[in-house]
Amino acid sequence: MDEVLIGSVLASTLRVTTPLLFAALAGLLSERSGVVDIGLEGKMLSAAFAAAAVASVSHSTTLGLLAAIGVAIAMSMVHGFATVTHRGDQVVSGVALNMVAAGLTVVLGIAWFAQGGQTPPIAAEQRITGLLPQWAEPTPGSWMASVIGHGLLSHNALVYLAFALVVVVWFFLERTRPGLRLRAVGENPAMVDAAGVSVPRLRYTALALNGILCGLGGAYLTLAQNASFSPNMTAGRGFIALAAMIFGKWKPVPTLCACLLFGFLDAVAIRLQGVSLPGIGEVPVQLIQALPYLLTVVLLAGFIGQAIAPKALSKPYVKER
Amino acid sequence: MSAQALQMPRWMDLVLLPLWNLLIALAVAGGVVLLIGASPTQALSVLLEGALGSARGLGYTLYYTTTFVFTGLAVAVAFHGGLFNIGGEGQATLGGIGVALLSLWLAPRLPGVVMIPLAIVAAALFGMAWAAVPGYLQAWRGSHVVITTIMFNFLAASLNGYLLVNWLRPNGSMSVESDAFADSARMPAVHELLAKLGIDWPSSPLNLSILLALAACVFVWWFLWKSRAGYVLRAVGSNASAAHYAGIKPRWQVLAAMGLSGALAGLVGVNEIAGVQGKLTLDFVAGAGFTGIAVALMGRNHPVGIVLASLLFGTLYQGGVEVSFEVPGFSREMVVTVQGLIVLFAGAMAMVSAPMFARLYAAVARRRGAGAAGGKSNG
Repeated sequence: MDEVLIGSVLASTLRVTTPLLFAALAGLLSERSGVVDIGLEGKMLSAAFAAAAVASVSHSTTLGLLAAIGVAIAMSMVHGFATVTHRGDQVVSGVALNMVAAGLTVVLGIAWFAQGGQTPPIAAEQRITGLLPQWAEPTPGSWMASVIGHGLLSHNALVYLAFALVVVVWFFLERTRPGLRLRAVGENPAMVDAAGVSVPRLRYTALALNGILCGLGGAYLTLAQNASFSPNMTAGRGFIALAAMIFGKWKPVPTLCACLLFGFLDAVAIRLQGVSLPGIGEVPVQLIQALPYLLTVVLLAGFIGQAIAPKALSKPYVKER
Repeated sequence: MSAQALQMPRWMDLVLLPLWNLLIALAVAGGVVLLIGASPTQALSVLLEGALGSARGLGYTLYYTTTFVFTGLAVAVAFHGGLFNIGGEGQATLGGIGVALLSLWLAPRLPGVVMIPLAIVAAALFGMAWAAVPGYLQAWRGSHVVITTIMFNFLAASLNGYLLVNWLRPNGSMSVESDAFADSARMPAVHELLAKLGIDWPSSPLNLSILLALAACVFVWWFLWKSRAGYVLRAVGSNASAAHYAGIKPRWQVLAAMGLSGALAGLVGVNEIAGVQGKLTLDFVAGAGFTGIAVALMGRNHPVGIVLASLLFGTLYQGGVEVSFEVPGFSREMVVTVQGLIVLFAGAMAMVSAPMFARLYAAVARRRGAGAAGGKSNG
């Protein structure tokens, strides 16, 4: 039975890590450009709602995905307008976006679908399903089929996209000219400005990319992981992603590791309920659920390594004259 | 776009601009109401009638107001210390836990006159402790208070869930809540007190915590603007390094600001747990910590403004419930949307309209100057 357990824990870890990874990479792009993004939660929630609403009405996965991305980009642009153009407080703007998203998704859901805030279920044909359905369940007795097949290869395209994006974001930030500029604008915007590159344009670009990724993360929740939208279904994932990004010290690969760790904790939390671990005893499920937050606080306090934020983070840029 | 200070009279900055931003937020909210096919004017009249039109509605409105005064003051005190405390939600949860633990332990043995003050102290101390940790981490370990207080909100919710499920829930009970407290731990309700005086007042959750809220307002005003300690705290908030040169230790002020802020947020536990529930429940704060951010923004971080803004949000919350009953297709989450829009337009985008008002003022002043001085330019 070990192979079944390992295979299914591996599979569910990857599944719950995916939305965290999309959102954490989104936050990373925005924060490396110097714009704090507390609004990840709200953007994912709105995107999840948009994807479910559009896909269930139009019967098109593509339209659902586009709607999710569109809504998330629009919210990122509002954030940019408030904080980059008008130098408003980035945290306040993020808090506002989260509130608007938490309220509006339910208001519109009830008004349009009259199902207590849920969207109608999305038909099986429109859902994004596993690429290799023969491994949808673990096979007892076969390590190959359970761990490699079910654990690693049974997932849908968005899961693999999320993991591939870690490499893409890393390459973009570390090896390309626009990526270098994006990092520079988060550390020393005056220097970037002096070099003749527009600070607002770079920050808006980072926010647009952030919107695309948040949109994918939200769409994953309703088109792949669940079959409909329900109120507040992100349930703090945006904040766990924020924690993962900080835990990953604002770098793509460590952020991936943090997302995997938090995803693993989430995947085993249910399985460990009421189970007595050797030497530790029974671990309360609330403790496992709280661990991502606890670990992030401990890291931020400087007790495990050091997390150094981009220097210009949260500081609006005032062009010198 | 210039970064220079905009020339504007004080009343414009303090009254006209916030009202204008509030108006924009309400206009956008009206657009949302239209979008879902309801009538904004009908919604508004039902809202006002439901919140202010009856003694019962007014009782509910003032009960919400009480909670928002506590969380709004919490955000404001931290703000004057130069900190953004998003952790009101968690600190209020801990305040409730403090009230509940003390009440379950001592209430059967103590009379109300002793029990209620003790419960208030417990709420404040628990909230204070929960905010002091992020304060300490900010001051001494350099971790940002915004992030740590967000994390502490989730930690508080987990802690409350753990305590209720594993320890406080009576054996065999299905609902996740503690035993009811003994009567001595209940904050007296206003309608019960009025009934004793022979005045008939419909039942509502409004309780004596509202007096505590008003006392907290007076205290915060005295502390921030009349006491030495408050002056020091504000000095650190406006310029930490200048304060440091003046012989103030900024680290301790960060701790003090967060501690006082957390204590104020913790008092929500008195209103909700001792005043209304009479037992510890899951998620009794229900977003009030975040409403506090909107309240402090609208109230310009001043106790008088906070009372007015709390009344506004109390009206919105109570009226919103009534609207969701009466107007089909309307849900009470509309209130959360409005609150978010207010934070967006009156907070994050507060200065978007400022240049327009400054130009308008300059134009009026120039014309008036031209009329009075016979066309002399006032540069």
